[in-house]
Amino acid sequence: MADVTLSPGRRTPLALRYPSVMIFLACLALFTLGVTVLAEGFGIGVISTSFVKTLGKTLCLCLVALAMDLVWGYCGILSLGHMAFFGLGGYAIGMWLMYARTEIIVAESLANQPLPPTPEEISQGIATQIFGVVGSSEFPPIWAFAHSLPLQLAAVVLVPGLLALVFGWLAFRSRVTGVYLSILTQAMTLALSLYLFQNDSGLRGNNGLSGLQNLPGLDHVPQSTVSIWFLWASAFALGAGYVLCAWVVSGKFGSVIRAIRDDEARVRFLGYPVEVYKLFIFTLTAVIAGIAGALYYPQAGIINPAEIAPIASIYLAVWVAIGGRGRLYGAVIGAAFVSLLSTWFTGGQAPDVNLGFYTIEWVNWWTVLLGLSFVAVTLFAPKGIGGLVDLIVDRRSPDRHGADLGPDEGALREKEAER
Amino acid sequence: MKTLATSLLGAVALLSALWAPSGFAQEAEAPIQLLLQEHAELIERSSRRTIGPAIDALAASGLPEAQIVLERWQAREMWQNEETGLFVYAEEIDRDTLRIFDFATGAEIGEVADDDYDQLKPNGGIRAMIGAALVQFQLADPDPETRSTALAAIERDPEASHLSALRAVIEAGPDPEFADKRARLERLLTIRFGETDAERIEAIEHFAGDLGVDVRAALNPLVATRIEAAETLPEGEDIVGAVAVGGDALSDAAAYDLLVAADLAPPRIGRDDKRAALIANIDGGAVAGIEVASLSTEAARDMAYAALAAQGVVEPVATEAEVTEALATHVFYERYVGAPPAVAWAAAAALSDIETRVGLNQAVDLTLDGLSLASIYFLAAIGLAITFGVMGVINMAHGEFIMMGAYTGYVVQLLVPDYTLSILIAIPLAFAVTFGAGVAMERLVIRWLYHRPLETLLATFGISIALQQIAKNIFGTQARPLTAPAWLDGSLVVNDIVSISYIRIAIFVLALLFLALFLFVMNRTRLGLEVRAVTQNPRMAASMGINPDKINMLTFGFGSGIAGIAGVAIGLYAKVTSEMGQDYIVQSFMTVVVGGVGNIWGTLLGATMVGFLQKGIEWMNPSNTLAAQTYMILFVILFIQFRPRGIIALKGRAAEA
Repeated sequence: MADVTLSPGRRTPLALRYPSVMIFLACLALFTLGVTVLAEGFGIGVISTSFVKTLGKTLCLCLVALAMDLVWGYCGILSLGHMAFFGLGGYAIGMWLMYARTEIIVAESLANQPLPPTPEEISQGIATQIFGVVGSSEFPPIWAFAHSLPLQLAAVVLVPGLLALVFGWLAFRSRVTGVYLSILTQAMTLALSLYLFQNDSGLRGNNGLSGLQNLPGLDHVPQSTVSIWFLWASAFALGAGYVLCAWVVSGKFGSVIRAIRDDEARVRFLGYPVEVYKLFIFTLTAVIAGIAGALYYPQAGIINPAEIAPIASIYLAVWVAIGGRGRLYGAVIGAAFVSLLSTWFTGGQAPDVNLGFYTIEWVNWWTVLLGLSFVAVTLFAPKGIGGLVDLIVDRRSPDRHGADLGPDEGALREKEAER
Repeated sequence: MKTLATSLLGAVALLSALWAPSGFAQEAEAPIQLLLQEHAELIERSSRRTIGPAIDALAASGLPEAQIVLERWQAREMWQNEETGLFVYAEEIDRDTLRIFDFATGAEIGEVADDDYDQLKPNGGIRAMIGAALVQFQLADPDPETRSTALAAIERDPEASHLSALRAVIEAGPDPEFADKRARLERLLTIRFGETDAERIEAIEHFAGDLGVDVRAALNPLVATRIEAAETLPEGEDIVGAVAVGGDALSDAAAYDLLVAADLAPPRIGRDDKRAALIANIDGGAVAGIEVASLSTEAARDMAYAALAAQGVVEPVATEAEVTEALATHVFYERYVGAPPAVAWAAAAALSDIETRVGLNQAVDLTLDGLSLASIYFLAAIGLAITFGVMGVINMAHGEFIMMGAYTGYVVQLLVPDYTLSILIAIPLAFAVTFGAGVAMERLVIRWLYHRPLETLLATFGISIALQQIAKNIFGTQARPLTAPAWLDGSLVVNDIVSISYIRIAIFVLALLFLALFLFVMNRTRLGLEVRAVTQNPRMAASMGINPDKINMLTFGFGSGIAGIAGVAIGLYAKVTSEMGQDYIVQSFMTVVVGGVGNIWGTLLGATMVGFLQKGIEWMNPSNTLAAQTYMILFVILFIQFRPRGIIALKGRAAEA
């Protein structure tokens, strides 16, 4: 099959070059259809609206995990900043949601006044409503475009994208690689979340943005319907993201970024502009993360700086590692599996284990289990859950006659491009 | 008339003395009693507003008994005979019986039923006034403690009357114990309450360059200014100078308000008032002929208001253009209002001199702060410098080792109540605990992941999350105290600005000790030699008979153990929580990366830079430590651009390892 991939002149369809795409899209479509039928909005109402929201949010997390897999599993950049990009996307859309909804409320309350309101009065009213909690009644400059949905949608893509571009350019240019880069991205995330925690950051500090689940002007639509809309949108975004990522990693470009992961110096000596490739992947994945965040937070209803804290990005890496990095479906499986399991454990639904002398309450011990199983996966199953697929189809890493596989033994090399 | 009344009262008192039981004798003609009788009415009324003259008369009487009267009065032990009106002081023996004493002689008069006597109950305000009057007596008290209390009372709440009292005491004789303090207080009081400008200026000049907060507190009210407006700048000694409109000191709106207040310009109207005026004049869906529906901009509302004004319905107001013109044609200036001009100018000169010195001292203080923060970062980072710098192993659970050390200290304090002893036990124990944890982690996890740094990072992250949650499950989420021994309490105070707490000095010393320990172990011991050998070339070291596995294990344990001790030190000055490691991990990595990996001097420089930088940024924006951290991290990210391998970069082969 490798010769098919590399044959010049003839473009093989993506679905053939990357067979898991069709299977994945089919599964996703079936899942979405199934949830729609079972949910309250349009179907028979077996699944509660809150669970539909959980599923929709999980799809968004799968999308950001996909981005993480692309940047880490394929390009070898262990970024601990992608949840920051995710959060920035959420903030961007949240600003419009909050502004537009508050505008409607303020306009209603001012409509009964004897004089028609001036634009200044409306703006003043909105600002007081939104920023009252941080003791301010004026719009900070970064809210200049909050009134416009198209501009804020552009911000969902541009803000994370530009931040990643600038940060990546600075970092890659000075050849910061490996763990240094990880620490640097973590520092960036920490700086961002600390900044947002301030009350005068212009984004309501610790309070964050809230009430995002209410779409402006759609008060008459029940949440059960809205949740299905968002599920569809998230599923579509995930499907599109999967196809995009598969397309990026399948061709010659994909070979180069995997080569960068395995030995950056050699690729550079071969004449490839390594920094440009890395910068492209870093920025692209940041944009995907931003879009995922923009879909996630309207379903979650609230966003605050704690969501951006470095630990969130670490969990993202945990999902991808447990799912199996270096393969796209691995990231999706990992994110879905771990985040749903986490919801189950921390939601208090898991039965407590009574050891006689001590009762293990999973609300408290789940994190410990997660941390330790993460260590176990790193040590004993570097392929993660995705490795099970290899067992099923009986596919192994190529026999190199005992030679070292290079810096990243968990990777599948040439084979991973095919699935 | 008054004398007659007094003698009458005296006669009555004499009569009552005759009726009294044996031993009941009170000197009604004693000067102090006469004085009290003179003001009896005020004293009985006991009102804060009117009592002043009575207290002043007592204080100024020069009678030695006045002090006793004031003290007893303040302590609510002064009673008055209902019939004779004579004052005594008394002790309550039981609910109904009093043992009364004469003010004049201090002699016991006898025990009486309290039916005939009224207790005087001065309220808090009056007691404070009495207290102030008492100060002059206490100043001359033979007991040094009372004198010290009196001086402190003046310092806390100075009054004009204290000045003369203090001067009287100083003239009366030297007091070697409090001479300096008395002289200083006398000058401070002179600055505030001195009668002539000359003596006040002299006192002010005496304080040139003094850093005391009390001096600044005394001087600041003198240079108080008021901003005024006029057509031209007036001449006068008390004019400080013109003030620019639109600056920080005087906004446009405030400047115009001044003009309006001085009747130099017509008033203008706020948006809300204008709106209210328009609403009040809505007539059939229109205001002055303008449709209400069209009043949805400020410009339209201005027009409608102007139309109303033209009709004479509302007061005409200044337009924006008029406001601008009025501001341009008037001059705003500051005038000294806190003191006579000469005094104010002297005070201003003294203050500016003091401010310069304060600035210098603040710089010193800031340096000390930066130094102590740097030593904390150094302590937190030195363990990391060993594991990351020497071994190349990234340990994200390093922060949790710090936390483990701190919790070890906390548990030891639970068991050993003596704080000094418990700290002495806690430090080696914390080392032992974290050394063990580090060795276990190296054996179980890290050694399988050498040469796979990203996976080491992730695996240690997993351990970090697990350890943090375990600590939370065991110790709960609230902060636990780690109390420093008493000899570390308090701070070393150089002057009112420069001070440093002993605990920070201790941490600084500890950081130096660790630096010395690290240098000693690495350069002077067998272990250090082997560690360096394994770092440089593990295979060559192994062929020389060194066991690299064992060395790696010990090095990792050593680094972790130092983190444990750092945890105890950090726990002493901050609270112990399960998340404390998180607060230091990023800064520690910053320190190591900025300083340069693999070199202890680099770590030292990195810690110094990060610590000073953070303090410096905090100084520029003191209200916001979050912002300081944000900018510090941004700076470090930029710094890495210019020196990617840190301040002290390894060169040659070692750099590639």
